[in-house]
Amino acid sequence: MAVEPEFDKPVTMVKALNEALRRSLDENPKTLVMGEDVGRLGGVFRVTDGLHKDFGEERVIDTPLAESGIVGTAIGLALRGYRPVVEIQFDGFVYPAFDQIVTQLAKMHARALGHIKLPVTIRIPFAGGIGAVEHHSESHEAYFAHTAGLKVVAPSNPADAHWMLRQAIASDDPVVFLEPKRRYWDKAVLDPTGAPALGLHQARVARSGSDLTLVAYGPMVKVCLEAAEAAAEDGLKLEVVDLRSLSPIDFDTLEQSVKRTGRAVVVHEAPVFLGMGAELAARITERCFYSLEAPVLRVGGYFAPYPPSRVEDAFLPDLDRVLDAVDRAMAF
Amino acid sequence: MTVDSTAGAPTTAPAHGSPADAGPPELVQLLTPEGERVDHPAYSLETTPEELRSIYRDLVLVRRFDSEATSLQRQGELGLWASLLGQEAAQVGSGRAMRPTDYAFPTYREHGVAWCKGVDPLNLLGMFRGVNHGGWDPNEKNFHLYTIVIGSQTLHATGYAMGITKDGADDAVIAYFGDGASSQGDVSEAFTFASVYQAPVVFFCQNNQWAISEPTEKQTRVPLYQRASGFGFPGVRVDGNDVLACLAVTRWALDHARTGQGPVLIEAFTYRMGAHTTSDDPTRYRIAEELESWKLKDPIERLKAYLVREGWADSAFLESVEAESEQLARRVREGVRTMPDPDPSSIFENVYAEGHALVDEEREGYLAYASSFVGAAAEITDGEDD
Ligand SMILES: Cc1ncc(C[n+]2csc(CCOP(=O)(O)OP(=O)(O)O)c2C)c(N)n1
Ligand SMILES: [Mg+2]
Repeated sequence: MAVEPEFDKPVTMVKALNEALRRSLDENPKTLVMGEDVGRLGGVFRVTDGLHKDFGEERVIDTPLAESGIVGTAIGLALRGYRPVVEIQFDGFVYPAFDQIVTQLAKMHARALGHIKLPVTIRIPFAGGIGAVEHHSESHEAYFAHTAGLKVVAPSNPADAHWMLRQAIASDDPVVFLEPKRRYWDKAVLDPTGAPALGLHQARVARSGSDLTLVAYGPMVKVCLEAAEAAAEDGLKLEVVDLRSLSPIDFDTLEQSVKRTGRAVVVHEAPVFLGMGAELAARITERCFYSLEAPVLRVGGYFAPYPPSRVEDAFLPDLDRVLDAVDRAMAF
Repeated sequence: MTVDSTAGAPTTAPAHGSPADAGPPELVQLLTPEGERVDHPAYSLETTPEELRSIYRDLVLVRRFDSEATSLQRQGELGLWASLLGQEAAQVGSGRAMRPTDYAFPTYREHGVAWCKGVDPLNLLGMFRGVNHGGWDPNEKNFHLYTIVIGSQTLHATGYAMGITKDGADDAVIAYFGDGASSQGDVSEAFTFASVYQAPVVFFCQNNQWAISEPTEKQTRVPLYQRASGFGFPGVRVDGNDVLACLAVTRWALDHARTGQGPVLIEAFTYRMGAHTTSDDPTRYRIAEELESWKLKDPIERLKAYLVREGWADSAFLESVEAESEQLARRVREGVRTMPDPDPSSIFENVYAEGHALVDEEREGYLAYASSFVGAAAEITDGEDD
């Protein structure tokens, strides 16, 4: 099948992901795409648009409505030599599959003493900000990152989404691939014929600065970049580190950054309590203790269920809340 | 699509025989698509003209409410709407079969059941507008909150029914779910528990032929009602666009359940006439002819034809229902437009029944942070005034 060459203009994250799936299906006949409504409909976000038509229903599979079944059978297919890429329709619907992911997928390689591999990629549109009803806006990355045996990544922009998905599918470990759904329609330039600039688990310094390091991933990278832009007007130079990978975490890049700036603020949508920020703050403190001018601060969601959409703006970290934390960190 | 099975004449054999008997699926019908009243040996139904008019009114009002909600979504007043268009008979028939003390566990599409249980339609719109996640007291009308996570509520319904048995009460429960939901593990587990404990629960599956873009064939190779036999309880397929059949079969099933004979699975064979929700575009996956063929089976038209033919509904009656439905639409429109946004601090309310120190701390922090903006805004205004 021919890969469409329409990448002379910026493309959306949806298109970038679609192209990653397309190339992965094209390159390896063992790659499968499976999930609810991923076939003819092309997925509710159209990430799998056209794949069913081009690769057929043997490769792009509309499954029964059962997440435990989707992940459980993906494990079986992987054991038989396939490379399933499953789509969970929304973050809040991964929980029926949580058992399969945590008790089976994550542990099987170790239990078999390394004799079997589980190259399963679980794509999940995650996090909030799109005005949806409940269970459509959850940030559950910490649950997965807390589980040894799973790799967890969350791109923030179209190019990363593309390359990271291809790398995740190529990985011999199970990867939970979190797609920031509110950024699905952001556009950027992408050359899918090139090569990825970074390894799947490397962080990127998305903006350089010398006064403080903002640490984010997925949907919050954009908010942090905007905060850095706004702070620059006040003469503050904020560095932004886009983590990209949540397990493993590229602590070397983080350490280098914070040792230079002396301050760090971690930003995510998930509740602060026992979120990724807790681990990040602890590790940064351990690695950079003598360079720190202030405690590592965290900005995130509250310890409450994700609220109804008309008040989600109060729940989600925004420019003001990030800058508020920056001010507090700078005041030390 | 196996649409053929709705077209036939009423069946004569009991509809919940052994599925191993094979043959085409049986379909209980009391009112044909043309509005012909027919009898069924296993499910009889006595109705007065008065009652039939009242059923007709329910169907029309529920459809009008639903179409108003769809319009409100288009106008930006709601974030999303899941229309029940085409499923009015399944919902009103089963909803009316319940006693006030019977409990319903809905999905997100059971607006017609809510209506029959006496829930104010405006309450249903809060979560679709984005001002709450439910917004009514489930115990007030014995109508549980809408459940979005597919299939979950079937277990809650079963547990509730187990409690009824423990109480020695003769209430019953209806668990609503869809054809897609039938694939969820939770639904199979609910069947198992209900069967093992002979719980007084009726599993009411609206097979509207679609789970978003996936036709029922993607979920099952046997007619869904036949699933029940493997779990050890009866299953019945009813014409879901025939409100009388839905009423009669559900009444029978509730009676079966509340008299200690255990659960029943009802498959209401119907059709989702609209999009899955307002976010969906069904032209991507289904053909127009299918929709057209189902239009001929419209649940409201057939009851109307019957009422008119029998001389039980004159134009004055039909017009009065029409007028009442417009009134309802107006009330809903105005109610939604004036529905207040919640205070952001409500995020911290009702997280726990007994309170929680961290929630309290974060609430304080949030309020202090929010008031710093009020102060700052005031300062700026003061400055400008000076
Ligand atoms: C556990 C879970 N998975 C996926 C979804 C997304 N989803 C919402 S409705 C739906 C289809 C449901 O189909 P069906 O059960 O037939 O009910 P219908 O919408 O037709 O009334 C899906 C897949 C969900 N809400 N919950
Ligand atoms: Mg359905």
